[in-house]
Amino acid sequence: MSSPFLKIKREKMNVEFKNINKHFGPVHANVDINLSIKSGSIFGILGENGAGKSTLMKVLSGFIQPDSGEILLDDKVVTIDSPADAINYGIGMLHQDPLDFPPMRLIENFIVGQKGGLVPSYKSTMKDFEELQKKFGFSLDPEAYVDTLTVGERQQLEILRLLWMGANALILDEPTTGISSLQKEKLFAALKILAEQGKTIIFVSHKLEDVEALCSRVAILRKGILVGEVPAPFDSDELVEMMFGKVITLGERNNLSQEKVVLELKDLYVEQYPLRIENVNFQLRAGEVIGLAGMEGSGQDILLRACVGLIRPISGKVIVKEKDLSHKNYLEYMENGVSFLPASRLEEGLVPGLTLAEHFTIAGDEKKGLFIDKDYFKEKAEKMIDEYHIIGRPDLNVESLSGGNQQRAALSLLKNSLSIILLEHPTRGLDIESAIYMWGKLKERCQQGTSIFFISGDLEEILQYSDRILVFFSGHVSPPMDASTTTLDQLGQLIGGKGWKQVFDTKEKL
Amino acid sequence: MNKSRTRSISLLFQLGGLVFSLLFVSIILILVKSQPLEAFRLIWEGATGNATRISSVLVVWVPLLLVTCGLLSTFTTGMWNIGIEGQITVGAIFTTGVMRLFLETSLSPVLVITISILAGMIGGAIWAGLAGVLKTFGGVNEIFGGLGLNFIATALNIGLIFGAWSRPGVASMSGTEPFPEQFWLPTFQNFRVSIWSIAFAIIGLVIIYFMLQGTHFGLRLKAVGKGMKSAFRMGIPTWQHMMLSFIICGLFAGLAGAIQVTAVYHRLIPSISSGYGFMGLMIAMLINYQAIWLAPIALFFAALNIGGIQLPIVLKLDSSLTGVLQGSLVLFVMISQGVKQKFLGRK
Amino acid sequence: MGNDIILFGLAGVIASGAPIVIAVIGETLTERAGVINLSLNGVILLSAMIGFWVAVETDSLFFGFLAGMVVGALVATIVAFSSITLKQSQVAVGFILAITCRDLAYFLGNPIMGSQGPIMLSTSIPFLKDIPILGRLLFQQSLMTYISIIMIGVAWFWIFKTRPGLMLQGIGEKPAAAYVRGANVQKMRYFYTIVGGALVGLAGPLYTLSVKPGWKGTITGLDGIGWIVLAITIFGGWNPIRAAFGAYLFAFLQWLGLVLQPYMTSIPSQVLQVAPFPLMILALLFVNMGNTEWMERLIASLPDKVRLRAVKILRSMQSRQPGALGTPFERQ
Repeated sequence: MSSPFLKIKREKMNVEFKNINKHFGPVHANVDINLSIKSGSIFGILGENGAGKSTLMKVLSGFIQPDSGEILLDDKVVTIDSPADAINYGIGMLHQDPLDFPPMRLIENFIVGQKGGLVPSYKSTMKDFEELQKKFGFSLDPEAYVDTLTVGERQQLEILRLLWMGANALILDEPTTGISSLQKEKLFAALKILAEQGKTIIFVSHKLEDVEALCSRVAILRKGILVGEVPAPFDSDELVEMMFGKVITLGERNNLSQEKVVLELKDLYVEQYPLRIENVNFQLRAGEVIGLAGMEGSGQDILLRACVGLIRPISGKVIVKEKDLSHKNYLEYMENGVSFLPASRLEEGLVPGLTLAEHFTIAGDEKKGLFIDKDYFKEKAEKMIDEYHIIGRPDLNVESLSGGNQQRAALSLLKNSLSIILLEHPTRGLDIESAIYMWGKLKERCQQGTSIFFISGDLEEILQYSDRILVFFSGHVSPPMDASTTTLDQLGQLIGGKGWKQVFDTKEKL
Repeated sequence: MNKSRTRSISLLFQLGGLVFSLLFVSIILILVKSQPLEAFRLIWEGATGNATRISSVLVVWVPLLLVTCGLLSTFTTGMWNIGIEGQITVGAIFTTGVMRLFLETSLSPVLVITISILAGMIGGAIWAGLAGVLKTFGGVNEIFGGLGLNFIATALNIGLIFGAWSRPGVASMSGTEPFPEQFWLPTFQNFRVSIWSIAFAIIGLVIIYFMLQGTHFGLRLKAVGKGMKSAFRMGIPTWQHMMLSFIICGLFAGLAGAIQVTAVYHRLIPSISSGYGFMGLMIAMLINYQAIWLAPIALFFAALNIGGIQLPIVLKLDSSLTGVLQGSLVLFVMISQGVKQKFLGRK
Repeated sequence: MGNDIILFGLAGVIASGAPIVIAVIGETLTERAGVINLSLNGVILLSAMIGFWVAVETDSLFFGFLAGMVVGALVATIVAFSSITLKQSQVAVGFILAITCRDLAYFLGNPIMGSQGPIMLSTSIPFLKDIPILGRLLFQQSLMTYISIIMIGVAWFWIFKTRPGLMLQGIGEKPAAAYVRGANVQKMRYFYTIVGGALVGLAGPLYTLSVKPGWKGTITGLDGIGWIVLAITIFGGWNPIRAAFGAYLFAFLQWLGLVLQPYMTSIPSQVLQVAPFPLMILALLFVNMGNTEWMERLIASLPDKVRLRAVKILRSMQSRQPGALGTPFERQ
């Protein structure tokens, strides 16, 4: 390799975190993290969504600055002010959403950010590129445009680029999301080669299977706290327990489902780059609660949105109450009693800049004259604020409410007689009390025959409140499982892609 | 920070904007070796000096107010209706065309005027609807679609004045043949302003104020403008509302054009829109898209326009100075808002 | 004989297209960095007037052009400050400046209306000028026209072939990705906004000192050019070569309007003069149509074979705007 960077830089680097703390508003995202990572190893960082993994890695890669604490490289304290700083220290990060330039060619992507003369030499860069990619068995076409690549290929490009820039420590944030199993094999092989060369590989993931297959040591984060470190070989059950905490005894479950089918999916095929979901057949009964379990980006959000007309299926049918709505848009689903509460409350759920009372005015079915009966809707807002324990006033803009209160507001805005409610992460960011309250409200609706279809990253929530569960992994959907006979461990392994064959007797290769 | 204090700070920054724009214009005046105070006094005198001048201010105020009313509708859905100039022009063309059709008939002038004004409103709405269609179905940014339609409207207008509707014998920039006096909107005695057009302006303002403040429809428009995705998710058909907001704006712009024809010029002239559309955009920005301050600010802008007429007569200065004053006022108010937000935190 | 006249006219198209070419390149650079400078219409007028004024006062073409560039750069600085630093709406600030600078030009230009000023003459290039057809077309032009032609190539080379140019594309496309590659996004956006503004400011004096000599106030006939430049920037797909093609096309249409006038007496001349404006902007419709949702759905419903062809045709016409155009960049 003729890159000037690799020659002057040392090949090995130990990375150490000392008492790292980081707050985002009221959230303590990293609590006093101490961690030492030796060069020449693949170190796993495991944790659920929101456990603080990405925050810690962004601190290391210079994207954010910690509130307190130090980073040591080879026992020397360093200050990393920007990602450019990080790369100068030899730290490169592969982001979950590839930070590349889709309309440019590969080779141009490779060059951007590289120091050197005014006109980069494509010929010599091309030579470097080919040499480098041969080492890892990649076969990227340097002339291709990035937007024609798969996520896996874009990762490969980014890894090559970071190495070319002189990275000795490589951080990979959820690299196995959205890539094929073949690409995963290639990726893992490449990482093993790099570790043998003495590079430090930090592998951030919430997928047990990947971590177990690759890492020599794993640190587990939960709610911003470093729960512990475990060396290989790993015990899956132990890891699950560390990730999710002690199993709490489940409360009484009551199955309210009736015989009537309200939603039917027939051979449904939906696609949203990079995932595709095929052959989904499923029936949702009135009053039933279905939990969609899976790591983020496994396809559950795509299926959910396809059930409400926000993503149009490529083939197959979505039938709501015996009406074929497959190619209808969202508004028609709404008219047929389907409602959707998205995860991003202020982007898709509530309208920032409008008050609570105004939201009730828009969402309500009643008093639809020409003029708004402001007193009526103010009263209604007050009533709902009371009923749903929202901390706020009718004249307050929704964006000034706290997350939990926004969620309660969104729930209180749902119309009364709905057939199906689809929810994305209904209790994300809520405290336990609010979460229990949310579910109380939802279950009340189930009693009236409303069915619920929800996504959650919280497995306990899924087990606690669902009647049946669909498990998602990389776009594969499991047959429905009975929630009352499923255990947390089982679910934890399934969403990590383990044990599918045994449980579902599937021939599919995962 | 309590509410009244934030409000007074906000006012302070806005006044700062006004002071800066006056300073800026003063510097320019000094540069061209003029007396700033003298010029300002002249503008003031020119706008308020006598009843005729005040009535001239109102002549400008009416279309300015109507146009800005319409723009509040498109701004509410978050759109920049730069095509407003063309919408005024097409409104005027439709009015003139329909009036020409009925000139020789036995219909009563009142009826003819009414029909012509309605035609003007429809014309404006069609032109605005085109901008809306280009935006929602053609993917053309409303700014460029609007500009294109402005140019087309101008071409159409000039084409008619010099072509099909030209004065017998003398086609010229002075416009089409004036209409007989019974087809004019009646004015006060000898003043230029028509009581009817003032009534239209006030009714328009009231309608737009209540539409945006008090109706379900206005609230839905606002929701679309503030968060299109969320609004759609709450069940509002978004593109239909965007189209409607364009059409409403077009109705107002068309009415303004119709008034220019029936009450001010009594014929079609090449610059029939008089730049009121762009001026309306500036007013809308200055009043932060809230109808409540519209009437006085529009009056202020109208007064500047009329007062500015004195500049070339007395001081041999170009009357476009008032445009500079208006523009720099909006600019400095915006910058001072930005400075406030940056250094004192949001809002 | 007839051929000579046509050639003469086409050479005129190259010359009268020059200011548009330069302005379009300036705006392309600015927008490539993710900033929309909407003030062009006012800037071209103001720089045209001030450039002319300075040239009259100093009797120097050079200072005239320089003054125009300074005006353009100053106005661009206001755009940059309000939109990049203060995070105000780029469209709002640009629009206000477009109007204000126009009025300022008319106001300040009042005393010099109709003055005699220096005019840039054409400089033939020895030998090259004798090439048949091409010599007449390209090598008997004014210095600024040569510069404008060279600029097309330079800008294209800069954006697509040089290291800073690649980074420029990155900044406008995905500032976060440019940032992790070490770019100072805000600083670069200031830089390209100001440089782009200076080029736009060069277009103004090029009119008043060469293409349409003299300052004649509102009848100078420059009002509207800036809006066209913005449209051509989109039409050109943020590529200097395609944009230059758009600029020459516009100049050609204007020339055609003049030529055809005697033959189309039924159409008033004023109509033919403004005809290129709507044509240019309607061209945007075709460029943009492929991006709309209904078109995507229509294409998706076509059989595979037809679909591939349709996608290809649309892709080649389409202009894809820089991903982060008009959006401010926050570090986190």
